[in-house]
Amino acid sequence: MTPNAWIQMGVFLLVLVALVKPLGAFMARVYEGRPCGLDKPVGWMERLTYRLAGIKPDQPMNWKTYAIAVLLFNLLGGLVVYGLQRLQGSLPLNPEHLGAVSPDLAWNTAISFISNTDWQSYNGETTVSYLTQMLGLTVQNFVSAATGMAVLVALIRGIRGKQTENIGNFWVDLVRSTLYILLPLSFILALALVSQGVVQTLAPYKKVSLIQPIRYTQSTTNAAGKSVNQTVWVKHQILPLGPAASQIAIKQLGTNGGGFFGVNSAHPFENPNPISNFLEVLAILLIPAALCYTFGRMVGDTRQGWAIFAAMMIIFVPLMVGCVWAEHAGNPKFAALGVNQSPSALMSGGNMEGKETRFGVTDSAIWAAATTAASNGSVNSMHDSYTPLGGLVPMWLMELGEVIFGGVGSGLYGMLMFVIVAVFIAGLMVGRTPEYLGKKIEAFEMKMATICVLVPPAMVLMMTAIACVTVMGTSAIENPGAHGFSEILYWASSVGNNNGSAFAGLSTNTVFYNIAGGIVMWISRYFLIVPTLALAGALARKKQIPVSSGTLPTHDALFAGWLVATVVLIGALTFLPALALGPIVEYLHLWH
Amino acid sequence: MWSQCRPAIVVLILLSAVTGLAYPLLVTGIVAVVFSWQANGSVLKNGAGKPVGSRLIGQYFSEPKYFWPRPSATSPVPYTSYNGPLEDCGSGSNLGPTNPALFAAVQRRVARLRAADPAEKGPVPVDMVTSSASGLDPDISPAGAYYQVARVAKARGLPVAEVKTLVKHFIRGRDFGILGAPRVNVLELNLALNRLSLDNQSKD
Repeated sequence: MTPNAWIQMGVFLLVLVALVKPLGAFMARVYEGRPCGLDKPVGWMERLTYRLAGIKPDQPMNWKTYAIAVLLFNLLGGLVVYGLQRLQGSLPLNPEHLGAVSPDLAWNTAISFISNTDWQSYNGETTVSYLTQMLGLTVQNFVSAATGMAVLVALIRGIRGKQTENIGNFWVDLVRSTLYILLPLSFILALALVSQGVVQTLAPYKKVSLIQPIRYTQSTTNAAGKSVNQTVWVKHQILPLGPAASQIAIKQLGTNGGGFFGVNSAHPFENPNPISNFLEVLAILLIPAALCYTFGRMVGDTRQGWAIFAAMMIIFVPLMVGCVWAEHAGNPKFAALGVNQSPSALMSGGNMEGKETRFGVTDSAIWAAATTAASNGSVNSMHDSYTPLGGLVPMWLMELGEVIFGGVGSGLYGMLMFVIVAVFIAGLMVGRTPEYLGKKIEAFEMKMATICVLVPPAMVLMMTAIACVTVMGTSAIENPGAHGFSEILYWASSVGNNNGSAFAGLSTNTVFYNIAGGIVMWISRYFLIVPTLALAGALARKKQIPVSSGTLPTHDALFAGWLVATVVLIGALTFLPALALGPIVEYLHLWH
Repeated sequence: MWSQCRPAIVVLILLSAVTGLAYPLLVTGIVAVVFSWQANGSVLKNGAGKPVGSRLIGQYFSEPKYFWPRPSATSPVPYTSYNGPLEDCGSGSNLGPTNPALFAAVQRRVARLRAADPAEKGPVPVDMVTSSASGLDPDISPAGAYYQVARVAKARGLPVAEVKTLVKHFIRGRDFGILGAPRVNVLELNLALNRLSLDNQSKD
């Protein structure tokens, strides 16, 4: 690995860590309703929304009402996204005259975007109108992220609550997350991205003449059903445009990851240079990382937040380094062909298949780790063409349950489930009633935490199995052998953990994958949100018990290590057999 | 449950209006003034003022007198219109590292580069024989550009040193010396090359 690779990773981590406290403290102020500096420019919009919607902001909700509000709002959002896709042909802001999206694809995309997964079975530039991108997808980029943040805040209130039913008001949490946090950050990021070359316009696609016209032979079928070779001259190139930057900003900040264009952040109009790349990859982890500090602030002990943040970093950093290292090593098969893969001052080198020159292997692999640690799922390189171990890293990061930073809100509430499991196991070992932040962890809490920890792996493994034994599953595979299995495992891991990235050789725009993927994304999102809120409700009702000599400290290095062990153990035990059949076998094939 | 219906509907409408209309339109309006060139696709124009492509979107070149870009997995050329609307999107090959098809493709590309310049015996820079992620990669590595200098110079009847100087001029290092990878924009380089040939012709 080159010195530059180490420097790039170091700079990325340093800037990320430096931003955790300021942003985390700001978000804590927003959720506690204290002055945060945006009260003038944004406050009037907030108050107007409450007035028009008939919301009393200080009216608390119990967990059931909160859950109903979450589900209702997401259901409505899904219907709107579905409707916009089906009707876009006769709606305005469609300069390319794109027709209706097919029902199964529209269903998949609607669930994909409301569940913060942003799995995409389509190419934006040939399928989705500007109106659908803005009013459907961009909106869900915001509110699905805000939903995750709201659920997290409700859980924190549950932990803090003293014998109460109240876990806050969903509408307030949703509106404040959107208007005070996501919108201002997106606005700044969008402008910065356009300055680097990301497109942002409502104008139709542009046609330009090629400098060197291309002639090639196309085989077509004539009227008699015979295939004939036809020479075609290509003299023009079409530049797809659209309101991309405004969507890309929130797609990164909200851990959504759905690309404006088909190839996502590898597209030069989405991610034109290393500076835009740095801003985008930073935006992926920014809010999930900062929420750790927000959590610490809100429970009244910032060390609690730092301990969780440290546990996330302990898992993330080695995996990121491993991914960068594996991609730097390149493909041993190319050596025999007289191909130079060694990094130098004149080229990135390494495994450049499916990677962009401007990013090289380092920025591509850092991104691959960040986008799968967070449940973002945008890509700036094609993960399907990664080396076996380089591809194992993103796959396993998703399979850990999207809790290493994870989605905005959802990552931390997922991690808190692991915290509860860790506290419980530690309690069993020393024979004491486990407690966390003054709340006793009892049977009901453990049931809810276990559901949250086990639903995603169950979905992933079951869907992998179903896709592997059916023709409708295996016919989508592009690559032969173990790698083909990896494609399916990656797909299931991605939709089963609401990530959205892909081993994109798998052709998933089929009725089977669209419908099955939609169901899995739906279950993995809402079958976690409801138990999380139930847990929040149960914790809120409990008494706060004072710290005693028997309390397991949850803010120190020992506990962070214990949490890491819990996450890794569950992730390893569940997925090692499957990973052995995919990337590990492929690694042995490639190198031995 | 019904008591939550009104907030659900009204909040969705209002947040849609703010995040789905006001926000993208405001950004579009601001950048139309401040960053108009970037916002509209970074289009380059030739001497006559005619748009010849985007600085950010790779074009395909196959003649020996031009620098060739990364091979595109999208066959034959992405983002071209044959008869009307946009048909082929850019994409990566998504070939796995052990796929024989990947090995065959790299072998074919190496052979093509070697056939175009049999005198060049050095190892081929990896980016010249592997396809990019987007299929639209506007850049090649400086090593990939230097590898092609002799062929391009010969095809154009230009001195090798002159073409090499031109390549050197178009090398972009890592941003801030740290971020990304060194690269050469193929379209800009080829446009400059055309200008250089024109200048040399008018001198003759």
